[in-house]
Amino acid sequence: MSDSIIIRDARESDFEAVIRIDEEISIDYLGTVVDKKAYWREIFDYYVLREKDKRLFLVAELDNEVAGFIVGEARAWEFGSPLCGWVFAVEVSPGKRTRSVGQRLFTEMCSRLSRIGVSTIRTMVDIENKVTLSFYRSQGMRTGRNIELEMPI
Amino acid sequence: MKLTKASLFGLIAVLELANAPKQQISTTDIADKYGISTHHLAKVMRNLVHHGLAQAVRGVGGGYTFTGNLKRTTLLDVIQIFENLESVLDMPNHFVTEGGPIIAELQSITTEIDNLTKVVLETITLETALKSAMRRSLPVGGDAAKP
Repeated sequence: MSDSIIIRDARESDFEAVIRIDEEISIDYLGTVVDKKAYWREIFDYYVLREKDKRLFLVAELDNEVAGFIVGEARAWEFGSPLCGWVFAVEVSPGKRTRSVGQRLFTEMCSRLSRIGVSTIRTMVDIENKVTLSFYRSQGMRTGRNIELEMPI
Repeated sequence: MKLTKASLFGLIAVLELANAPKQQISTTDIADKYGISTHHLAKVMRNLVHHGLAQAVRGVGGGYTFTGNLKRTTLLDVIQIFENLESVLDMPNHFVTEGGPIIAELQSITTEIDNLTKVVLETITLETALKSAMRRSLPVGGDAAKP
């Protein structure tokens, strides 16, 4: 049921749709809206408006509206790692789930990153975010070579 | 992590049934395919039926069919029918209190490992496990490719 999904580069006019989806997910996941407009503005400026060779912000259109988005980029030598792809956001409107939107976005992200020489794709997910963890696993991702460590300071 | 035989047999049986949802598969079929005890597997199957993951079909050609939710049931759901994955430090004398901080630290480390193990198992659905098995170009439970 993914034939009517269009994946394309995000445009400035998608900003409000991205905010809406992020808020829907925030309510779904946290039960409350978290104001992240400033954060998304910065991401848009960096990933949508500037040169986009290695930075990708893709949106999925379904039923003539933006139903989801994915953000990622190719980075080299961060944490000592050779060139690899990082996906740091994939969000699908809760009402549009189970229609392969996330899968199409992720597949397109992998395809675009592959074209610029990336052979491994990475991400990080909160340990409690089972929906997103399950999604990435369903796409074939496994625990990677890097272990995230943290401590309160 | 070492799974109990019951958990392992449970996972094998559920994945076999889920991989052929319209078929009835007998305990003997699964046991023969994996070289495991039919008697032990029969006990495991009763647990799977009790937890709604399988249904027994009686009569000639009878066996079991998958009745779980392929997209929702996780590997952890199946394992937790048979065991919990909490590590326990097997101290010879549980009443010794002098080693408190050391024991607490070791317990904390095993809990950290347990939590990671659980998250991995909890985020792999039967559908994902089957899909990954297919990616290996091997039928589930089939013979490994000979060199």
